[in-house]
Amino acid sequence: MKSIFKTLFLSELCQGLYITARQFFARPHVVVQYPEEKTPQSPRFRGLHAQRRYANGQERCIACKLCEAVCPALAITIESGVSDDGTRRTTRYDIDLFKCIFCGFCEEACPVDAIVETRIHEYHMENRGENIMTKDKLLAVGDKFEAMIAADKAADARYR
Amino acid sequence: MSDDLVNIEINGRPVQARKGQMLIQATDASGDYVPRFCYHDKLPIAANCRMCLVEVEKAPKPLPACATPVAEGMKIFTKSPKAIAAQKAVMEFLLINHPLDCPICDQGGECELQDLAVGFGRDVSRYAERKRVVKDKDIGPLVSTDMTRCIHCTRCVRFTSEIQGFQELGTCGRGEHVEIGTFIEKSVEHELSGNIIDLCPVGALNNKPYRYSARAWEMTQQPLISPHDSVGTNLFAHVLRGRVMRVVPRVNEDVNENWIADRDRYSYEGLYSDDRLHKPLMRDGDRWLEVDWQTALNSVAEKLNAVISQDARQIGVIAAPTLTLEEAYLTQRIARGVGSNNLDHRLKRVDFSDQHYDPVFPWLGCSITELEQANSVLLIGSNLRKEAPLLAHRIRKAAVKKGAQVSFINTHIYKYLFPVAGYLASNGMGMVDHLAAVVAAAVQAKGIAAPPSVHALLQHVQLNDTHRAIAAQLSSGERQLILMGVLAQRDGAFAQLRALAAALSQITGAQLGYIADGGNSVAAHLAGVLPHRGVAGESLPVSGLNVVEMLEAKLKSYLVVGSIEAEDLPAGAVASMRTHGHVISLSSYASAKAYADIILPTATFAETSGTYVNLEGRWQSVPGAAKPLGESRPAWKVLRVLGNLLNLSNFDYESSEQVRDELQQQTGSVIADNRYQNTSAVTRYSTVSADEVQLYNVDAVVRRATALQLTSEALQAKVGVQA
Repeated sequence: MKSIFKTLFLSELCQGLYITARQFFARPHVVVQYPEEKTPQSPRFRGLHAQRRYANGQERCIACKLCEAVCPALAITIESGVSDDGTRRTTRYDIDLFKCIFCGFCEEACPVDAIVETRIHEYHMENRGENIMTKDKLLAVGDKFEAMIAADKAADARYR
Repeated sequence: MSDDLVNIEINGRPVQARKGQMLIQATDASGDYVPRFCYHDKLPIAANCRMCLVEVEKAPKPLPACATPVAEGMKIFTKSPKAIAAQKAVMEFLLINHPLDCPICDQGGECELQDLAVGFGRDVSRYAERKRVVKDKDIGPLVSTDMTRCIHCTRCVRFTSEIQGFQELGTCGRGEHVEIGTFIEKSVEHELSGNIIDLCPVGALNNKPYRYSARAWEMTQQPLISPHDSVGTNLFAHVLRGRVMRVVPRVNEDVNENWIADRDRYSYEGLYSDDRLHKPLMRDGDRWLEVDWQTALNSVAEKLNAVISQDARQIGVIAAPTLTLEEAYLTQRIARGVGSNNLDHRLKRVDFSDQHYDPVFPWLGCSITELEQANSVLLIGSNLRKEAPLLAHRIRKAAVKKGAQVSFINTHIYKYLFPVAGYLASNGMGMVDHLAAVVAAAVQAKGIAAPPSVHALLQHVQLNDTHRAIAAQLSSGERQLILMGVLAQRDGAFAQLRALAAALSQITGAQLGYIADGGNSVAAHLAGVLPHRGVAGESLPVSGLNVVEMLEAKLKSYLVVGSIEAEDLPAGAVASMRTHGHVISLSSYASAKAYADIILPTATFAETSGTYVNLEGRWQSVPGAAKPLGESRPAWKVLRVLGNLLNLSNFDYESSEQVRDELQQQTGSVIADNRYQNTSAVTRYSTVSADEVQLYNVDAVVRRATALQLTSEALQAKVGVQA
């Protein structure tokens, strides 16, 4: 009896239309006007990778290959050798962004905080092959955003 | 139950152990692991790391398991709170001075200290004082040092003094100031010295050419057999993305125990030399054209067919003694299939006059392990440490541990690291004179007539006491050996030497043996890569030309199989080969350009599946470890296609195993037998002296191993200094 009454007067439909109408006239709260507006990011945000250097310009990475070993997506490929000054360095450090699942394990595994995932998430590629982040590209990202990376690391340090 | 067993109890379980055994041997046998650093079952016991402390009932303090002999009724607890506490305390002390540089240490991931620190170390160090730092030493091009990491187990020191035979490393200073080093700055030069890398439980001694290039966990381990000497050393290649990164020993107590020669360990560098061939090459006047396989193979077939249609005997096939069994067999099938018996692999031999009395394959005369049991060994024409470093180690063991009498007859004095009973060299006499004198001494002593083959040689011999002593040494005891070394086989008077050695063996009852010249020449013998014999020693109606005759004959066509370089061939070979006609080479290296017209790039020993037969006659097959470089292909595949292009029947092998099985069926009845059947007098006497064996110049791969070429051994050989 009750359901016949509901069906006859389309009460549920009216309920729905009332919500729609209310939202139509109300000011929006949720939608962010990207790219003018952006949601706040955590310092732990895991975006584009970067390789860092020490303050004296020496690259941090020591080619221990722990990130390569821990990477669950097998996105990292490293070749290493003895550098001119006799230290252990990578001769090749590639991250395949198509394979990467941005889990951040590489960052966790790194004993010298060399590989980091920055807060940069707005990037694109136009040609095949650009998805490979080579060592030079990673270091360039690191050089450019060192201030941000260092600030994020500092912000997160007390939780570690 | 025999008297030399004692009853002990390990962790509450009753166990029997032999008297005189150490606790750690008993616990290892019963499967109770005791942590250790300095103890190694091949080395003498030092008991200086103290990691193996265990609790023994009624003993007031924990005892080192490696240095405490078992005694009747002993009750051992390896995991009791007291034992664990002792082990943890020792670990804490070891870690006090050990740097925390595992991420850059090559030992990281395969480090005994790392492993045991997980089990027995504290997570946080209580030590806040300064750590000690030790300056790294430069001990040569093969072994890198990071002496700060050293935990002073002295395994390397004991290896150099007990296994090598001359102490190159030692300890200086006391207490915290102990340092491992060479006393006076010098390189470690022994031919087995690379083994200290495997012995070092931490990252203090590491592989220098491999330094920082890979990590232990990312490589796959593939079995290999060393092709550089006829011992058939078992190796593991550690392969990363199809590339050999380093070579380590594969334990085989019957062949190489857990040691390998430096030549086997570092030769892999030669695989990636700059002059490796990636594509087939054809000579076009003075230029070289890179061509595809189809063109190259068709051109080879065309050239060979042109010669075959006129006279197949104008084809000469020269095979490297390092070829696998399968490659040797297919080479033989091609040569005989097209109708040529001009086929040889004995590149360094000069005296072929008694080749019909060669054994079916040059057999050592006993197994490698039996060498250790020998009472007396006479080596004729052998620079053993360079020919087969691991055999030298076995004979050293016989001499040092069992007191065997080891004597030499050589043209030069070579250095040996064990007591030598008698050394006959030069003194105005050649090897033949000396050996004849020993035979004459044996004839005198035994009062038996010498065999007719050597009558002529025993005229006018001058005997001295050393000759008599060697003859007496070979006549007494139970296991005596007469070994013909590589230098004897390369000597111009090999026929005489062999006749005399055989006579000596007959008179004294000593076993005659050979140290085969070339990594896999035993397999080449079995596969019939000889001008006068077919597969498994089958005698042929007509003999072909041996390698020297082939080159003298200036044939129309030469097929050179294996990475043979001008240095491997008799002098003047390149000029002879290039006189008329053409040379086809299956080689891994561009050095074949010196003589070849067409070069087919083949895979090296690490990149091909195949079988090696060592000087005991032991067949060892491996599946191939690395990826062939560029377009190079395993030689057995190239030969298979070549066989088809030459329209030879039954050449449709699908795997190297199939080739091996086919040959194995034919050689099944071959028995190792070095008996010398000649009864006619051997008289001819040539004074061509043998080509010296240079440790790091044995084949094309070793010649390209950069680190080996930087050793003082190789540098001295280059300028002609005899070590």
